[in-house]
Amino acid sequence: MRFGQVVAAGFAACFVLSGVFVAGAARAEETIKVGLIDPMSGAFAATGRMGEQHFRFAIDRANNGVLAGTGMKLELVVLDNEVSPEKSLVMLRKAIDDGVHYITQGNGSSVAYALTDAVAKNNKRDPDRAVVYLNYAAVDPSLTNDKCNWWHFRFDADSDMKMHALTDYLVAQKDIHQVYVFNQDYSFGQAVERGALEMLKDRRPDLRVVGTDRVPLGKVKDFAPYIAKMQAAGADAVVTGNWGVDLALLVKAAADSGFKGRFFTYYLQSPDIISQVGPAGKGAALINAYFYGMAYGDLEQQAADFGKQYDQIFNFWTAVNEMEMLGAAIKKAGSSDPLKVGKALDGMTWKNPMGTVTMRADNHQLLQPMFISVLDSGTKHIFPDVNMGFREISRIEPEQTKMATTCKFPNAPR
Amino acid sequence: MEAGILVLLNGLVYGLLLFMLSSGLTLIVGMMGVLNFAHASFYMLGAYVAYSISTFVGFWPALLVAPLVVGALGALVEHYGLRAVHRHGHLAELLFTFGLALIIGELTALAWGRWPVPYRVPVALDFPLFHVGTTAYPAYRMFMMGVSVAMFVALYAALARTRLGLVVRAALTHPDMVAMLGHDVPKVFTLVFGGGCALAGLAGVMAGNVFTTDPGMARALGAIVFAVVVMGGLGSISGALFASLLIGLVQTVSIGLDMKLYAALGYIGLHVDPHGWLSDVWEISINRAAPTVPFLMLILILAIHPKGLSGSRSS
Repeated sequence: MRFGQVVAAGFAACFVLSGVFVAGAARAEETIKVGLIDPMSGAFAATGRMGEQHFRFAIDRANNGVLAGTGMKLELVVLDNEVSPEKSLVMLRKAIDDGVHYITQGNGSSVAYALTDAVAKNNKRDPDRAVVYLNYAAVDPSLTNDKCNWWHFRFDADSDMKMHALTDYLVAQKDIHQVYVFNQDYSFGQAVERGALEMLKDRRPDLRVVGTDRVPLGKVKDFAPYIAKMQAAGADAVVTGNWGVDLALLVKAAADSGFKGRFFTYYLQSPDIISQVGPAGKGAALINAYFYGMAYGDLEQQAADFGKQYDQIFNFWTAVNEMEMLGAAIKKAGSSDPLKVGKALDGMTWKNPMGTVTMRADNHQLLQPMFISVLDSGTKHIFPDVNMGFREISRIEPEQTKMATTCKFPNAPR
Repeated sequence: MEAGILVLLNGLVYGLLLFMLSSGLTLIVGMMGVLNFAHASFYMLGAYVAYSISTFVGFWPALLVAPLVVGALGALVEHYGLRAVHRHGHLAELLFTFGLALIIGELTALAWGRWPVPYRVPVALDFPLFHVGTTAYPAYRMFMMGVSVAMFVALYAALARTRLGLVVRAALTHPDMVAMLGHDVPKVFTLVFGGGCALAGLAGVMAGNVFTTDPGMARALGAIVFAVVVMGGLGSISGALFASLLIGLVQTVSIGLDMKLYAALGYIGLHVDPHGWLSDVWEISINRAAPTVPFLMLILILAIHPKGLSGSRSS
């Protein structure tokens, strides 16, 4: 019996020790899942999948640089939402059930509204399964103003900030006198229109808005009648938040009709637009945080690495910036606990190749350098067969992009 | 005056494009009773095949070859697919074409990628043909108009003047009788289906380089094609032409009307209170509602004349 007891004790000791090793190993390397909720099928699949590629690239970079701290690895979980708010909530529930504490999304402010609301409710009812929502491209200003939520962090300038910079540049162009405002008819497009009308009012006595128009998202094929209206109104500039086919077709129709007005856009730099629009887009302006060919820091190397690995144009710089800041926040907090990481992100400053960026503590909007650039020939081309690229015209410092906020976080943790 | 000419031209081009797209469908629906959900997918295939051919030998060979390729594909689909499903009834055929549309969509994205492809207007036609005031009118659009008109004339002549056209028209209303008379009705069906798909393919070849060629193009135009077909009357080519021109012109005119609905109604003598009941409806600006116009017209025409403008098949 004594031998049996020794053997039993030996087994027990083995179990305990192996348990210690397993637990130790688990603590030694932790995987932090990041859920990407974006369209992977349906009408916007191309944009969603391009976003996925950028996040994979960003997470690989962050892991290779051990940005999140020793033993902390980020892992991407992809959840297809087909830009539907209902499906996004289903995906959010799935993510939470799978132990994901960080979600990111960008395609569609409509989805962003649904997600930020669901995240706030979830975190209130179920603090152990709290989720941090990192928004990389949904730019409706309400998300960091009247609909703000402490758990939501936005990494792209909101549409009012972009409009502010764009209109400042437009007003300074003395040869522009009549502006047409053209947008897609949904929450974002309407926010752009509102911002443009407000920020162009009474800026210069010889500058006025001569017309506004809206088109349903992705439904109109023939923009020639709209261009005809712009020409009839005598517009020499068009301010538009259009993206995707709606922007490509608009610029193409303008070139076909010999429309001489300049375009001032938010989303011209999407590779599909450049490849379709080609030389027709010459002179069109873009407000953005990054355009292909930017030479600050190691950006060109990043773009080249991305291109080599994914055979795609490097475009969504905000994804890389977001993952780097998430990694840095995890390291600063010393843990992957969403509340601690959220507190680390709150007010965090970070140095990226363009300069120093700050995550505002009062509304969780990132302040970063913005750039006005112009599509031109004779610059570093984006595609080998299309001799067009972006040329930087003006750089706006982060502090200048800051705008007043109405946000008073209803759910800021103590 | 200048604006009026432009509206007319733009409306005509758009309407004729719709006609090209729906002429094949009206024959298919009229004759075979098959609601071909995949019709817009053949349009998309036409654009993609033309793009691929044009990267090797240029636009002009593509213009000839791509519709034939798409037509052949349509004929194959009918012969091996639809014919087997036909005996199970109209619902089965509808589901088959619906599934086909989804499959073609995904295969296209697999083959050519999810991004739009750089299918361009041929250099020979890429110049402004004339100017209306300060607006340039591209030569390619006039070419599109020309091809559509030629297509209508050819189709009409083929149906009205040739023996085959006679058989096709008879099979539209009396397929059993035509079969009794010794004609190979299934072969006629295959021909019509293939021909309809070839016409859709031709529309794709012409429009793909102006309106971008991407995997979503079928979905974008699918609904409006059905509106045109139903409005024009199932089986009637001239009905389809009339309906598409009407839709094209009315929609283009609506885009130019920057007035609210209550103001427009006021013009024709109907006074509504813009601040009272249904104020959200009266405040709608007509130019913003322009893309819904085809469907509103469809409802109107069906309410007045359920067979469509010149329908010859009521089931």
